[in-house]
Amino acid sequence: MVVTCEQVWQEISNYIESDLDPSLRTALDEHFHICPGCASILAGTRNVVQLYGDERLFQLPLGFSGRLQKKLAHEMPPKRGTIYGWVVAAAAVAIIAGGIALSRPKPSIPFEVRSPLAKPGKHVPAKLTVLVAGDSKIFHIAGCDLLRARDGRIRSMSAEQAEHEGYVPCIRCLGKYLSSVTLEFLKRHFSSGALA
Amino acid sequence: MHVDTAISVKVSPSEETHELELIRRIQNGEREVFYELVQPYQRRVYAAAFAVLRNPADAEDAAQEAILKAFAHIGQFRSESRFSTWLIQIAINEARMRRRREHAGIMQPIGEHQDEEGTYIPREFPDWREIPSESLERAEVRELLLEALASLGDKYREIFVLRDVHHLSIEEVAGTLGISRASVKTRLLRARLMLRDLLAPKMSSGWFSRESFPKGNKPW
Repeated sequence: MVVTCEQVWQEISNYIESDLDPSLRTALDEHFHICPGCASILAGTRNVVQLYGDERLFQLPLGFSGRLQKKLAHEMPPKRGTIYGWVVAAAAVAIIAGGIALSRPKPSIPFEVRSPLAKPGKHVPAKLTVLVAGDSKIFHIAGCDLLRARDGRIRSMSAEQAEHEGYVPCIRCLGKYLSSVTLEFLKRHFSSGALA
Repeated sequence: MHVDTAISVKVSPSEETHELELIRRIQNGEREVFYELVQPYQRRVYAAAFAVLRNPADAEDAAQEAILKAFAHIGQFRSESRFSTWLIQIAINEARMRRRREHAGIMQPIGEHQDEEGTYIPREFPDWREIPSESLERAEVRELLLEALASLGDKYREIFVLRDVHHLSIEEVAGTLGISRASVKTRLLRARLMLRDLLAPKMSSGWFSRESFPKGNKPW
């Protein structure tokens, strides 16, 4: 079989891909031996296939993979909770709820005075440090003559705490204290003659 | 003279099994392994997008969007076709959609309106017999090749990239582009010859060899 140059050009692609009848392939082989022009075209076409098939030609832009992974991460659905996750979440909710409850103001708890005849103290500064004897029902300020404990156990606390525990102010020492404090207060603020 | 440059890159059976296993896991909700599945195909997806858009920045956008679409629709993938073919088809479609939208084809590519029926007559050039593979290490050679590819008409460039860059079979190219096997072969022949005509004068004239080899001492 003899082939022309034009026929060869039409079959060059099939020749490169080895997709030709054996007889046609042989005819092309013979043609390439006698026709340097067609042999040159074959070589050039084969180079094209070889060069473009090389992985190095198409290089990914720098940072392509990183940008892709970021976008994919953004598209990921949120993970479903595990049992461990649920336990952690429940514990967190409990801690938050507890914190809120503790931070709320405590309701005032009504207390009972230790002596049914006594009356709760009034106007005693809440932060005033007072003393109580273990077996007593009264709280005092330091130095009060009436402060005595049979077992020698005397505790100090704030007046507010003492009232909470059912103690009542000593009429003698706290009466004096309150009188002097009140007098001082009135003197300081009304010294302009309001009291005169 | 027997020249066999038919290139076929096949996925090995173990790789194929691993790929199918990954797809099954993703479809069952383990979506975080998706990157492992697409990682080997990033370059091909980018090349497919580049073949259509002819611009690196647009090609990257289209390639990444195509991979995100594949991620979103992985549940619809059936193993009747290869995953790579399915992925590249998405990339081609995405890039074509962008090309239509952005009217990227401002430059008139060569061969776009050429009659496919007539015989393509290759030009005569000095021999371009051999290409040292090292030439691809050089950025200017890669640029020249990409420029030549970009100058082809769309219908030639897409087929050429799918067949000679991605090494899809003629049938797969026909299926991906929705054209006949005969059209694929005709356009592929023209694309190869046109690229040879574009590159041979530059590659054979010593443009790129001059710097690498002393005069009279070229290996071809």
